[in-house]
Amino acid sequence: MVMKPVALTLNGSFRAAFTAPGQNLLDLLRRGLGDLTPKYGCGQGGCGACTVLVDGEPHLACLVLAEAVDGRNVETVAGMSGATPHPLQEAFMAHFAAQCGYCTPGFLMAAKALLARNPRPTREDVVEAISGNLCRCTGYEPIIEAILSVAHGSARA
Amino acid sequence: MRTDSMSNGMIEFRKELFADERDDTLNEIGKPTRRQDILGHVTGRSPFYDDHLFHGLLHMRCARSPHHAARIRRIDTTEAELSPGVVRVLTGRDVPLNLNTLLSLLDFGIDDEPVLSTDRVRYRGEPVAAVIAESEAAAREAAAKVRVEWEVLPHVLDVEEAIRPGAPVVLEIYPGNRFVYHGRYDHQKLRFGDVEAAFRTADHIIEGRYQISPIEQAPIETCGAIAAPETNDRYVCYTSTQALFFSLATTSKLLRLPSSRLHFIGGTVGGGFGGKVDSVHEPLAVLGAMLTGRPVKFMWDREEEMQVGGPRGAERWYIKDGVMRDGRIVARKFTGYFDSGAYTRLTSYAVIKAVGHLPGPYTIPNVHADVYCVFTNRTPATAMRGFGITGVDFAIEAHMDKVAEAVGMNPIDLRILNAYRDGDMKAHRRVAKNCALIECCQVVAEKAGVQLTSASRAASSRQGGGGERGRIPAHTALDQVGRVEGFDTGSYARKPARQAGATAARPAAAAPAPAPPQPRVPRLEPSRAASAAPPIPPAPAQPAQTGGPARSGPIRFSSISGFRRR
Amino acid sequence: MSLVVETYPTAAEAARALASGEALYLAGGTLVMRAVNAGEAPRRIVRTTDRSLREIALAGETVRIGAGVTIAEVVASRELAFLHVPAQQVGGPQLRAMGTVGGNLFAPHPYGDLAVALLALGARVTMAGQGGTRPLSDLLRDRARAGLVAQIDCPRPRDRRAFGFLKVSRVHPRGASVIAIAAYLPREGGRIRGARVAYGGMGPAPLQAAAVERALEGQALDHATIARAVEVATQGIDPPTCPIASAWYRREVAGVHLRRLLQSMERS
Repeated sequence: MVMKPVALTLNGSFRAAFTAPGQNLLDLLRRGLGDLTPKYGCGQGGCGACTVLVDGEPHLACLVLAEAVDGRNVETVAGMSGATPHPLQEAFMAHFAAQCGYCTPGFLMAAKALLARNPRPTREDVVEAISGNLCRCTGYEPIIEAILSVAHGSARA
Repeated sequence: MRTDSMSNGMIEFRKELFADERDDTLNEIGKPTRRQDILGHVTGRSPFYDDHLFHGLLHMRCARSPHHAARIRRIDTTEAELSPGVVRVLTGRDVPLNLNTLLSLLDFGIDDEPVLSTDRVRYRGEPVAAVIAESEAAAREAAAKVRVEWEVLPHVLDVEEAIRPGAPVVLEIYPGNRFVYHGRYDHQKLRFGDVEAAFRTADHIIEGRYQISPIEQAPIETCGAIAAPETNDRYVCYTSTQALFFSLATTSKLLRLPSSRLHFIGGTVGGGFGGKVDSVHEPLAVLGAMLTGRPVKFMWDREEEMQVGGPRGAERWYIKDGVMRDGRIVARKFTGYFDSGAYTRLTSYAVIKAVGHLPGPYTIPNVHADVYCVFTNRTPATAMRGFGITGVDFAIEAHMDKVAEAVGMNPIDLRILNAYRDGDMKAHRRVAKNCALIECCQVVAEKAGVQLTSASRAASSRQGGGGERGRIPAHTALDQVGRVEGFDTGSYARKPARQAGATAARPAAAAPAPAPPQPRVPRLEPSRAASAAPPIPPAPAQPAQTGGPARSGPIRFSSISGFRRR
Repeated sequence: MSLVVETYPTAAEAARALASGEALYLAGGTLVMRAVNAGEAPRRIVRTTDRSLREIALAGETVRIGAGVTIAEVVASRELAFLHVPAQQVGGPQLRAMGTVGGNLFAPHPYGDLAVALLALGARVTMAGQGGTRPLSDLLRDRARAGLVAQIDCPRPRDRRAFGFLKVSRVHPRGASVIAIAAYLPREGGRIRGARVAYGGMGPAPLQAAAVERALEGQALDHATIARAVEVATQGIDPPTCPIASAWYRREVAGVHLRRLLQSMERS
C-alpha cells in the first residue's frame, strides 16, 4: 500500500499528513489531523454532517478523496471561533438551534458558505443553503432563524 | 416579548385552569434559555464517543446473516484471519457469557439473544463473527471473507402469521412465538367488568383494525463504542449509549468482569430517540480491547444503523367498542400484537406499558385486553419515543374518531363525554386524579374554531367523577385463555446471591471455551422439575428472602413484572 | 486495503488507463467515493488533473461543457442559463459543488437529472482521446462500456421557452427524483419540429419517450395535442420499482406530471 503525502491549509494553518489510498477527507481530518469537528453520519453524502469548506465551497468530506485536497484550503468549525464565538455560533446558541449537537458543525459550515457568498439571503436562500444537511432533533426552524438573524443583523436575544 | 424559538409563536398560559391547584412561580417556562451544552455543540467540542483519539486504534466490523432464519452449520474464519490488517476474529466461543436480554438487569425477561450467534440466526443482519483490524476498510474487507455454511430455514415476518399453528418457530424458548407473562399466559391480560355482557346492551358495535410499521430512529450519529485498556487494570469505554448504567452492567455481565474494572464514559449522544439503549456495542468493544490489548472501536455504519439497529416495533391492534346512542362507550375490547422481531429486548416490557395505558384517558366501565408480544424474523425491536404507548394511542384515537362518526357526534364532544374525571376508577384499578383531558379538549376546540355542545363547554375534570364511577365493578369476567403450563420465567430474583462471575474471570486467549449457557426451555412436567435444579415456582409470588442481608444481583423493579400485589 | 488511485495529467491517458482493466473513474466523488467507503469499488480508481475538462466554451449555437465542470459551475454560468432549472435541483449545495456534468451522465437510478435535460436537448459527447462526437442517447444505452467522456456539446435552445424541465420529488427543496421529465419542443410556424422528450427514473438510465415525441411532432402545442401525448406517456416504457417508488406508481403518475409540464410550456 502506497501512502501519499497531502499538504493543505487547514483553518489557516499549514498541515501535512500521509493518506492511504481511497481514504476520504473526513477520515484524514479526524484521525489523520486530529480535527474532530466534522462528523460521520452516513458516508454516503446524504446527511451533511461532514460538511467542510474546500476553497470556500461546501463539500461533503466523506466523499472527497483525501489526496485531492493537496494544495487546497480547507475550513472546519474548529477554525470558526477565536477567543469569542463567531456570530453564527452565537446565533445558534441564542436561538436554541442545536439539541444533540451532532449535525451542528455541518450546518455551521453550510451557513458560513452561504453568508460569504450572499450576506443578505432571503429565507428561501437559507433553506436552499441548508438543503444538504439533515437534522433529526430541531425541526430546522431554529436553525433557519439563527442564520437569518445573523444575515439581517437583528438582535434576537 | 421574545418567543421561545422552539414554538413558532407566543406561548399562551391558561392560568385560569386549575388555578387553585397551581403553584405558579414559573422561573424557566416561557423564558429563553441556553442549553448548558450548546457552546460545545457550536464549537464542535462536545465529546461524542468517537471524538477521542487513540494510538493504535483497531476497528471492529461484524459478519452478518443475509438470511431471515437459518441454522449455522459451520463458521470458517480462516480466510478472514489471513486478510491484510486483521488482528483477531471473534466468534461466539470468545464471549464469556454469550446470551443476554437487556432487562435482566431489572429482573425481567429471559436471556435469549447471543452476542455472536453460533448455531442459529433469526433475523437478517444478525452478527455471527466480529473482525478486528487495523483500519475500517480492512475490517470491512475481511468481514466479507468470513465463510458461513447456512441451512436456510422458513421464516415469518407478520405477527398474526407467526402465532398461527404450524408457523416457523423463531425461538424455541417461546411457545408459539409468544412471550410468556408471569409464567402463566402467552399474553398480557387486562380484565375489568364484563365486555361481552356490555356488548349485548350496546346500541352500536364499532370495530377497527390499526397498525404501525417499524419506525427507525435514524439519529445522525450512528451507534458505537470505543474501548481501550487503562493503566490500572480497567477498561475505559466511550460510548454513544443513552443508557450508560445499562451498558456498563450488561458489559459486566456478559464479559464476567466486575463493574469495578469498567470505566464507562458517555453522556454525549448524537441523537438517541431510544435507539441507543440496546448496549450491543460496548461488550464487544471491551472484549476486543481485552483480547488484543489495544483500543477497539465498534461502530455501525449508516446501513447497519438503519437495518440492523432495532426500530420501534410494528404493532397491530383490533379494537371493538360497545357504544350507546348518546356516545357513551360502555365496553372496549382490545387485541394487540407487538412485533418483537427475533428477540425480546424491550418489547415484552413495552406490552406491559401499553396495557397500563388502556383503554386510553376515558372512563369505560368494561375493558378487556389481550396483548401479545410476538416473535418474528424481523430485526429485533427496541425503544423509540414512548415505545409501547405511541402505537396504541394512535389506534385508540383513530378509533375514537370512528366511534364519533358512527354515533354522529363531534369527535371532541365524544372525547369530553367519555373522558376520565377525578375520582373515576381506571381499568387497572387505580383511581384517576389530576385529570385534564376535558380542559385540553375545550382549549383545542376553541383554538380550532370547533363548536362544542353546551354540555361539553360546561364540563370539568373535577366534576362528575367518582361515586359509582369510582368503584371496581362487582363482577369481572376472568378466563384462562392462553394459559401456559410449567413455564419457567427464570426470574432473576431466584438466583443464588453469589453470581458465577463474581470472581473476576478474565477471558484469556488460550482458555478453554466456556460452555454456552442454554436458554431455559419450557418444562412440561412441573412435578418432576425439582430433580435437576432448585425448584422454581412457575409464577413468581413472594420474594425469596425474608429479612436477610440486602439483595445482591439485579435491582428489583417489581411493577414491571407484576410481582407486587395490589 | 489494496485500493490503488492512479492520477493522470491528461484525460486521454486516464481513458487509456480505464480501458486497460477493471477500474472506476473518479471525478467529483459523489458516486465513486460512496462505493469506496462501502468497500464496493474495484481495486483501481482512475482520475485526472486535466484542466481542459473544467472549461465551458461557446461555439456558435452549441456550448461545449467539459465533463469535469461541476453542477455549481453550471448554475453560475450565464452561457448555461438554459440548464439552470435542472441544475439547481440536483442534490444540495455540497453535492452541486462536487458533482460534475460528466458524472451525472453515469449516475445510476434514481440520479441523473442533468443527463435527462441534456438528452432532451440533443447533446452529443466527445470521448477522451477520440475524435468526433456521438449522441448522448447512444452513450446512455450502454454506459458500462462507454469509456471516459471529455466534453458534452449541448445545443443552446434558440427560444428558451421551447425547453421545459420538471423534477418530481417528495422531499423539498432537495431529494432524489421519483420522475424527472425534460421536453424540448422547438416551434416552426406554430408547429413542433424536432420534438424530444426525456424521462429520468423511468428506466435503467435516462431515456427518450418515443411515443410522446411522435404524438407531439408536427402538432401545435394545444389542449388536444397534450391530451394525445399524455395518453401515450408510458407507452413502450418499463419503469423500475425501487425504494422511492414502485413501477405501478410511476406508471400512474407519469402522465399527470407530463401534462403539467406540457401545460406550463403551452402557457409560456
